[in-house]
Amino acid sequence: MTSKPTRSVTVQGVTKLFPRAGVVGLADVSLHVPAGALLALVGPSGSGKTTLLRIIAGLDYPDTGAIRVGPEDVTNTPARLRGLGVVFQHYALFQHLTVFENIAFPLRVRHRSRAEITARVTELLALMQLDGFAARRVTQLSGGQAQRVALARALAPHPSVLLLDEPFGALDTEVRHELRAWLRALHDDLHVTTILVTHDQDEALDLADHVAVLRDGRLEQLGTPAELTTHPATPFVEQFFRTHRTRSHSIPWPDRTSSAQSPPPSSSPLAFTRNKIPRSPRQSP
Amino acid sequence: MPHRPPHTLPTADPLAVRATLIAFAIAAFVVLFALPVAIVLAGAFRLGLAHWAHAVADPATGAALRLTLTVLAAAIPVNVVFGVAAAWAIAKFDFPGRAAFLTLIDLPFAVSPVIAGLVFVLLLGARSPLGPWLVRHHVQIVFATPGIVLATTFVTFPFVARELIPAFESMGTSTEEAALVSGATGWQTLTRVTLPTTRAALISGIALATARAAGEFGAVAVVSGHIGGRTNTLPLALASSYESGDTSAAFAITTVLLVFAVVTLAVRWTVDHHSRRR
Repeated sequence: MTSKPTRSVTVQGVTKLFPRAGVVGLADVSLHVPAGALLALVGPSGSGKTTLLRIIAGLDYPDTGAIRVGPEDVTNTPARLRGLGVVFQHYALFQHLTVFENIAFPLRVRHRSRAEITARVTELLALMQLDGFAARRVTQLSGGQAQRVALARALAPHPSVLLLDEPFGALDTEVRHELRAWLRALHDDLHVTTILVTHDQDEALDLADHVAVLRDGRLEQLGTPAELTTHPATPFVEQFFRTHRTRSHSIPWPDRTSSAQSPPPSSSPLAFTRNKIPRSPRQSP
Repeated sequence: MPHRPPHTLPTADPLAVRATLIAFAIAAFVVLFALPVAIVLAGAFRLGLAHWAHAVADPATGAALRLTLTVLAAAIPVNVVFGVAAAWAIAKFDFPGRAAFLTLIDLPFAVSPVIAGLVFVLLLGARSPLGPWLVRHHVQIVFATPGIVLATTFVTFPFVARELIPAFESMGTSTEEAALVSGATGWQTLTRVTLPTTRAALISGIALATARAAGEFGAVAVVSGHIGGRTNTLPLALASSYESGDTSAAFAITTVLLVFAVVTLAVRWTVDHHSRRR
């Protein structure tokens, strides 16, 4: 099995109008995600973050501007040929298929050999700590399990870029925090360029190497979590993350360095161990 | 506090009301469904099983059954293709004339089947503008199997589309988008995701279309020309044997048609039961 190298993503002057609603979806947004980095797109609802993710995925088209994956201009490439992995907000699993067949789907439509499919799906089930779930119907899964199946399906064909739309949006707080740390560890392990949409400032600051703040379809600021909190470019960004700083004190959430050593709470229904995946120290950009 | 039996819900009606409604429903069922079926079965087997078997094995009945099966084999697949295409277009795309198209799909339900048959006779018969050309090329449509297939297809067109449109709409677009970004082509998305997800509706539509196609009389009567042994479908054979006074043959054909109905209901029940259990 050949592993494709991960690639950078460049958004160049993307504008998208929604003529029917009479609103600007995105206004001249440009940003660059280096290969292997994790970027969070944050902003209030209606700020255009999901629209931007859909345009990168090829599920929506910009009016002007371009999308580049690595050196390649994919603006006019159909979604199925972009080679990206996408995890949808409500997972969008195939209800008529088992867990195994959901993860195998991207390989089946590419007519991969049976042996290769079995090997890759087994590998991903182990990575997602879903061993023993292969024959389950996806309707029998918990939210966290369904989320990991969706992630495994997105990763199956070795995507060069991973796109996540509110990956923890439908989960309760405890599971969110579990998965957040786990996803960061997974990212450090796989080093696939990842773009994550979230409305949650905490999630963005905790998880991402770079954070892009969107407001009314405009890019307010792009920077590292430290830059955004210490040097906000606009009053809006400052306001947006001020709530984070005050809120984060009230949330009893172990910080990242300690969570690597301490085992997860055993009461959790998702008692998969965070320290199973070797975590590398975060490189500062 | 007045004593209430524990199984009575606050919303339950008094016993008298419930008993009356249930009795009425049972009476309607007996008079409208059970009694006619019983009479048909009694009539069919009145002279014994051997006589019934003889009537069913009659060459004319056999020819009618074969023709009906031929018509089904041609009309139902065409209906499935058209129905899936129409439902796909209506549920997944917004195009000019979409609302008009949605209404037009129901045209075969709105129009009398006799008119549907007549349309094809006027369009493709010997005296139609196309008639001389068809005669010259030895293509016989009206008063032959192709005409019956056309009329049947027309009359049963809405079933598959009507069942699929709400199913397509309720499944949303996200799983199809997931299929696309997973690398699936449009065709793979349709056959591997959309249709399997809406399988219950598709099977239900096919079952209804099959039952209606097997029993269609009006449209087929006009286009077939009633040529015994050649263009008589089961319902036409039933009508002609009844008109000629051969009631035992009529009853025998009726039992064959009843089998179609029972199979249809069984298929629908199985699909319903199965999809609800999941």
